[in-house]
Amino acid sequence: MTDTAAPVSQPKASAGWLGRLEGSAWWIVLGLAGLLLPLLDDSYIGVIAQRAYIYWVLSAGLNLVVGYAGQIAIGWVSMLTLGAYTTAALAAGRVGPEWHPFLALAAGGVMGAVAGVVVGLPALRLRTFYFAMTTLGFSTIVTQVALAWKDVTGGGVGTPGPVFPWPFDPGWGFYYFCFFLAALATWMTANIGASRYGRALVAIRDAEVAAEASGVSKARLLILVFLLAGALGGVAGGLFASLQSYITPDAFTFEMSVLFFIAILIGGRGSILGPALATIILTALPEFAAPLVQWSTFLYATLLLVIVLVIPGGIADLLDFKNRRPLEQHREIVTRPELLARVLDRHSEKNTLSMTGVELHFGGVRAIDGLDLEVRSGEVHGLIGPNGSGKTTALNVLSGYYRPHAGEARLNGAVLPFLEAHTRADRRIARTFQTPRIVGGASVLDNVMIGGTIFGQATFSETLLSLPRHRRDEAHLREAALLALATVGLEQLAAVRADRLQHSELRFMEIARALMLRPAFLMLDEPAAGLSAEEIRRLGALIVAISRSGTGVLLIEHHADLIFDICDRVTVLNLGKKLAAGTPAEIRSHREVVSAYLGA
Amino acid sequence: MFQSIVSYGLAVGAVYALIGITYNVMYSASRVFSFTAGMLGMLGGVLGALFIHKWGMNAVLGFVLVLGCGALMGLVTEILTVRPVLKSIEQHLYVLSTLAFALMIQQVTAIEWGTEAQPFPVLIPIETGTVSAWLDQKFLLPLLACAVTIAGLEYLYRRTLIGRAFLAIAEDSYAARALGLPETRLRLASYAIAGIIGTLAGFTGAQMLLAYFGNQAILSFYGFVPVALGGMGSNRGAVIGGLALGLFQQAANFLVGGIFAAVAVFAVFIVVLLIRPEGLAGAATARRV
Repeated sequence: MTDTAAPVSQPKASAGWLGRLEGSAWWIVLGLAGLLLPLLDDSYIGVIAQRAYIYWVLSAGLNLVVGYAGQIAIGWVSMLTLGAYTTAALAAGRVGPEWHPFLALAAGGVMGAVAGVVVGLPALRLRTFYFAMTTLGFSTIVTQVALAWKDVTGGGVGTPGPVFPWPFDPGWGFYYFCFFLAALATWMTANIGASRYGRALVAIRDAEVAAEASGVSKARLLILVFLLAGALGGVAGGLFASLQSYITPDAFTFEMSVLFFIAILIGGRGSILGPALATIILTALPEFAAPLVQWSTFLYATLLLVIVLVIPGGIADLLDFKNRRPLEQHREIVTRPELLARVLDRHSEKNTLSMTGVELHFGGVRAIDGLDLEVRSGEVHGLIGPNGSGKTTALNVLSGYYRPHAGEARLNGAVLPFLEAHTRADRRIARTFQTPRIVGGASVLDNVMIGGTIFGQATFSETLLSLPRHRRDEAHLREAALLALATVGLEQLAAVRADRLQHSELRFMEIARALMLRPAFLMLDEPAAGLSAEEIRRLGALIVAISRSGTGVLLIEHHADLIFDICDRVTVLNLGKKLAAGTPAEIRSHREVVSAYLGA
Repeated sequence: MFQSIVSYGLAVGAVYALIGITYNVMYSASRVFSFTAGMLGMLGGVLGALFIHKWGMNAVLGFVLVLGCGALMGLVTEILTVRPVLKSIEQHLYVLSTLAFALMIQQVTAIEWGTEAQPFPVLIPIETGTVSAWLDQKFLLPLLACAVTIAGLEYLYRRTLIGRAFLAIAEDSYAARALGLPETRLRLASYAIAGIIGTLAGFTGAQMLLAYFGNQAILSFYGFVPVALGGMGSNRGAVIGGLALGLFQQAANFLVGGIFAAVAVFAVFIVVLLIRPEGLAGAATARRV
């Protein structure tokens, strides 16, 4: 699907198994190299490779946190420390009886998972820097505790690491153990990355409000990912303790975090292969350039600065040749409303979405001042008014981003909760945004698939292991997204990075994403802004067709022609209050509306 | 014991407070949280020991030179790590750029100065400690520095025209620029001031904390805790929070041991911020859609 002109009906069919093989060529090369490395019979290289695998077990999980979800977790070395000490202390019998090394390793993973959630919790509420500081503080404290809690950790003197029994005994046995776990971590995180969970994580990173509107619960998802990343960090720690054979707090410097972190940034956010290669290279590099060892952290830090300042997208962006290919000029959006019957459920029942007596002020500004509004199934309800009259704010209240100071919103009489925007998707209330909220680095298809998040059936763990239900989910979402794209006339651009689209195309892409929800109510915030006259006409026809299939549409617009052409009812706002409401004909002749807004 | 808890606790607290103020000064000028605050504190101690102890420089001259280096570091921070990423501040790239710069400086220090904590010279050559332990200069100097800094900043912000320009930038940088204020130069000046305050904290606290490269991480975190809890940008919050944190840490160290102190501070930090992300004295968050 690299050809942007490929027809909608053949998703990936042309690629076939050969294409898939090509996509995983790097992985096959890496896997073979890893399997055959012991043939070199060089234990020095073996140790370096084991360290790279262990680092990658941790980084694979951290990659989901940093690369996908965009959370700046800079102190993840603390998970390595915790896992190492837990495994070592349990296996050595420093706490109760001696544990079997494998059980101790599992305990290290559990410990990491718990710590991952504890450290991750603040990310749900705190600003970026605060979260970064929390992870840094945590890693400082873990080291302090390791130094002070002599009974368990041995303090500054240290404690011996666990020794795994045959067939994973130190040497090549342990090498294959690390290799296997690294491969497993890669496979599992790649499954998550390519699933609706992965897309939702990226959406949280780049377009958080859109993710919520699509029903993504940021809290739930991030906790799951922190759990996974913590567990992988803990397991990596247990392996690390065994590889070191003796651990002291000095072994876990904050600088290791920097290595994990920049490997992910260099490799590119939202990629798995890039960070994996970068981890291997960064681990091995100082070993082969002896004078560098002392300066390695300095070089990593310099590298970090250079990447941030020069190529924030990482190497993955630089290597993305597919998206350098020029797109066809003078593209035209040809909508196909006739496909709507397959995109939307036919709603025969009558629903109403309403708000009553809503008041909301920002500081001294009364954004909405006692507003009643009702949208019904099968109707297009226009919301117009001068700039700053409270149209978008009203929509934001309905979709749950704001809690009004008075008043309530109801769906079919049931009260809708506020400040829980992600719950609207379950009620089939979809929306678009005044400024399109998109994931620029993801393909148009991926962007639209985010809209169908709530229809996924597979649990996080099913996805982790790529069980059948997960694969069925993906097939369904993909099919639905291609259909939605065809409906809004963008199917030819499905494989293109979203940030290469024109503004007007992004507006239609947002509509396609909203349609993925099979919405009972669709709220559009100035969908015609920036569109050509012909595109506005097609948009109008599409909106009418959507409403005729039973969906209630709330339309905020400034184009008076469009409003009066397609709306069944119109509400006019001024200074947060309802100025008038009625049929388009009534509004057109309303004296106050004409003088305040429409002009003579 | 009570005496040492109070004097040591207050003194360490004053260092935390000064680092917190360093965060604040940079934040007010640019809306950027910079990881260089802890680095400045670390440098204050290391450079002071280098100039005065190693090179045998006069204490006053060494002091001025250290603050000069701090100002220079502030300027470099602004030019190298803040200005390039300010345009897309919502991507929070400054977190990484300032961290990278701070780590580079820390590594150079570790390699050139060594990773062992080294003693810091006694600055005032009189035996104050014998008069009363309360009057030991290593405890008094940080408190004095903190008081002078607060007074100086208050005077600057309230009484001078340039100080008002700082406040205008902090309040609304767009409007300030529209008024014709030289935003870039004022931001540079703020970073230089932050550099001076940060190294002042490290310099005056170094008789307690020693000249040690590892102080960077500790000061980065414990200097941030008071401002995060007190509300970003509030110097009053930083001072009260810093002193309280210092006292609490020392008391816990003596009474129940260091592990508990470290864990307790971290737990309080997380719990308070989870309940009130904007800090105990901060304002609620703005609109986001």
